Amino acid sequence: MLDFNLIPILPEIFLAFTAMGLLIVGVSGGNKSTDIICWAAVLSCLMAIFLLFGISWQRTTVLNDMFIIDQFGGFMKLIILLGMIASIALSVKYLYQEQMIRFEYPVLMLMACVGMMLMVSAHNLLGLYMALELQSLSLYVLAAFRRNSYKSAEAGTKYFVLGALSSGLILFGISLVYGFTGSINFSVIQTSLSNEGAANIGAIIGMVFLLSGLAFKISAVPFHMWTPDVYQGAPTSVTAFFAIVPKVAAFALIIRLLYEPFAPLMEQWSQIILFLSVASMTVGAFAALVQDNLKRLLAYSSIGNMGYALIGIVAGNEAGVSAVIIYLFIYMFMTAGTFGVILCLRRGGIASEKISDLGGLSLTNPALAYAMAILMFSMSGLPPLAGFFGKLFVFQAAIDGELYALAIYGVITTVIAAYYYLRIIKVMFFDDPVDTLDKDIPFARRAVIFVSVIFVLGFIIKPNLLVSSSQSAASAITAPQGLAVKKTIKEPPQAAAAGDRPSSTEAAATVTGAQDK
Amino acid sequence: MVDFPLLTAITFLPLIGALLIIFGINGKQEDVDNNAKHMALFTSLFTFAFGLFLFMRFDPTSSEFQFVEQSNWFRQIGIDYHMGVDGISIFFVLLSVFLTPICIVASWNSIKKRTREYMAAFLILESLMIGTFCALDTVLFYVFFEGVLIPMFIIIGVWGGPRRVYSSYKFFLYTLLGSVLMLLAILVLFMQTGTTNIVELMENPVARDLQMFLWLAFFASFAVKMPMWPVHTWLPDAHVEAPTAGSVILAGVLLKMGGYGFLRFSIPMLPEATEYFTPMVFWLSIIAIIYTSLVALVQEDMKKLIAYSSVAHMGFVTLGLFTLNQQGVEGAIFQMLSHGLISAALFLCVGVVYDRLHTREIGRYGGIVKNMPRYATVFMIFMLGSVGLPGTSGFVGEFLTLLGAFRVDTTVAFFATTGMVLGATYMLMLYRRVVFGPQHNEDATKMKDLNQHEYITLVPLVLLVIGLGIFPGYITNAIAPSVEKLVTRYEQAIASAPDTRNADTTTQNAETGAQQ
Repeated sequence: MLDFNLIPILPEIFLAFTAMGLLIVGVSGGNKSTDIICWAAVLSCLMAIFLLFGISWQRTTVLNDMFIIDQFGGFMKLIILLGMIASIALSVKYLYQEQMIRFEYPVLMLMACVGMMLMVSAHNLLGLYMALELQSLSLYVLAAFRRNSYKSAEAGTKYFVLGALSSGLILFGISLVYGFTGSINFSVIQTSLSNEGAANIGAIIGMVFLLSGLAFKISAVPFHMWTPDVYQGAPTSVTAFFAIVPKVAAFALIIRLLYEPFAPLMEQWSQIILFLSVASMTVGAFAALVQDNLKRLLAYSSIGNMGYALIGIVAGNEAGVSAVIIYLFIYMFMTAGTFGVILCLRRGGIASEKISDLGGLSLTNPALAYAMAILMFSMSGLPPLAGFFGKLFVFQAAIDGELYALAIYGVITTVIAAYYYLRIIKVMFFDDPVDTLDKDIPFARRAVIFVSVIFVLGFIIKPNLLVSSSQSAASAITAPQGLAVKKTIKEPPQAAAAGDRPSSTEAAATVTGAQDK
Repeated sequence: MVDFPLLTAITFLPLIGALLIIFGINGKQEDVDNNAKHMALFTSLFTFAFGLFLFMRFDPTSSEFQFVEQSNWFRQIGIDYHMGVDGISIFFVLLSVFLTPICIVASWNSIKKRTREYMAAFLILESLMIGTFCALDTVLFYVFFEGVLIPMFIIIGVWGGPRRVYSSYKFFLYTLLGSVLMLLAILVLFMQTGTTNIVELMENPVARDLQMFLWLAFFASFAVKMPMWPVHTWLPDAHVEAPTAGSVILAGVLLKMGGYGFLRFSIPMLPEATEYFTPMVFWLSIIAIIYTSLVALVQEDMKKLIAYSSVAHMGFVTLGLFTLNQQGVEGAIFQMLSHGLISAALFLCVGVVYDRLHTREIGRYGGIVKNMPRYATVFMIFMLGSVGLPGTSGFVGEFLTLLGAFRVDTTVAFFATTGMVLGATYMLMLYRRVVFGPQHNEDATKMKDLNQHEYITLVPLVLLVIGLGIFPGYITNAIAPSVEKLVTRYEQAIASAPDTRNADTTTQNAETGAQQ
């Protein structure tokens, strides 16, 4: 039967058409129209958010199971769109400042955004690959966007070569999975994997290839080598974009893959993710200690942050997925604000990226310094800031999943990582000022910094909205799979979410029953 | 009036003041600084008045938590915003609100750069300190407990001495490492019992094996904060580099958070582990008392000497807490409060001469009794308080602690008592070298006696140190019910512990016995 209900992917379709329309505007209007296109792109992201809220988030598949929309996908798309808005807003003025004003920039970002949103809702290995490539190709071009700069070109090339390699790995993985399970459809793969008694070695190898490719996208160690160079080389606004959005999308994709088609292989993939997590936390904590360049430092910091987020996946329960979503949400806000501050570091029209350039910022530009300090304390996971709660939920999930050693290792690397975040604060507050910064900070950048600081400070006051939406998103992806949700926790008497409790306990019961056999 | 959230109000009042200072003051630099100081002073005085009001409404005969507030925070998970004070915590709240205005007055003239930020940082710090002592939810407690690091790091790092960067890092990372382990312990407790409610957790201890690990994790945090012997090394550095008021608040309140943590978490929630680890704590305390006293003897830096004496005094506190009898615990709490006043005052005294001569080296002073007689008097009172002279608050704490220790273990008490002798030695030596002796330094002899600000800061402390030394009952009576509850509950938990360990046999025997 021809299934032609396009409503669930309306936001993507809208964005794709807008991107192409804006491309036409750009071609006819030339580079002068970049400003308008940028704001139109922001507007279209806002529209897409409205559309996203307009459609139902009930689990539906469209286009013959090619794509899926559910609570999880909907929420992740929301995060992606918010991140998009922030990154475009951060870019607008920067393009002028760096004389790289070209109308393709916002169009490429929108294209990448379409790709990422489709990634999140992929329900089919081919849909996954196409979405991933749409995203990646846009990103390769963006990384090399400042064509006349060696570093930018190097970043673009490096990203492209390694990205192509990872795409190759993913394709190879897909072919293996297809060969051993006979389908590219997520639900069919899941059924066929769970029906086999023993683990399907071929499918496992395929999954490992897929995971390696995706680990590359989220820059988890040992697939992180590109990150520092690309972060450093790419134009800063692009780096901000890289740090904020694609990681969220790739993470969502990993969660979708692991909890839908590969849910029966949990025992196998949790070891891989465990390794990725530990390695990322280690490299993120230690390698960042010796960096001088802010962008490189943030590259390592993002590697470390991915490690913490991966803990949530290793935990392998609903709390874990929900923790990952909360973590990514908070991480997105913090990163957007941090890059907003970095974009403001300009002296006489020239961007500076060294940590020492922040020297005495608290005297020369106190507002900026305090914003950065708050963001850095939040990144290092100190209460009462939002970053703490991100870590709190992740570690809670780890302990819920009885991963004590991982949790202890995680908190120790947090302390090590705190050292380099403190170093930034130290340079800003304790050191003597270097030259003053350019005063003209564009409105959009101020707005991004302001919103992210307010979010980081205010999260503690009203956390429930985010927590409950991420929980329902997480249960959307974990509950239907009948996952073993290990519930060591006694039910709190006031647990309001009694509605979905029975399903998880039933699921646990059935799985333990299956293990008994 | 009953429903008015008193504790929330007192906790966040300083924060509001800080926000007003940050955002509400504009104008010329001088005006800003001046207004910021006044604003901070009024806010902290108002908070202090509020604290006294709270104390008047507090029922000292009850051992229950009072002024309890509870509302949803993380609704889905079951973490609540839960505040309340009992006879133990109310005094720490009072100590915090009492010391903050003193700190602000003490910084009045000595802080010359970034005054506005300094005052705001102190008020934020006050908020977090009060919150720590009021929180009745483990996660909320952690938020406050750990949040303290942020303003303190800034205070040491921005307004501190020459090695401030090193010290602030050391302070921050040491404390953070301890605290994150406690965070994991809190989460494990949460997972095991399904609650973060401190009151419930105190009533339902977890299984014995688990208690051991949790106890060690909590210990890591509180021992660093106290600080206890092997992990005390951040304290002298932090004290030496911090500005005077920073040292005051560090010694006066922050160190007490560790002791308070033992009282709130380790002892009531993990009684069996507490019993198991008590000998270790005793010996660590004794090492702390004797070793750091000896170290204090050879210090040339006044602040460092007092910092080491703090570690020694905290040794008495841990000793008293783990005697787990009425006298010992009461003594420990009293000792914490008294040390909060005395060490704060001693740091203020150091600040007085430091402001004049800009050195803390003991050898640079001498014979200043001639030009600063009033200062010499005040300093003497606090010095004797620190030594533990009867009539000062220091005596009551140490005496009760040692009394408690004698009831448990005479050897331990014997060694602890030597600490008192050593304490007298180094304090008297300090006093003799600074205040008496020949006047061999020209500039030291020209120092002026106490000024008005210094009077304002020191006189209330003198009154309290002597007042509490003569009438300790005001405090001990109010803490007695809560301590009694703590001790009896601990004894019950220990008494019932063997039953749970050999649950099968013992309970069956008991049942059959009852049937027969």
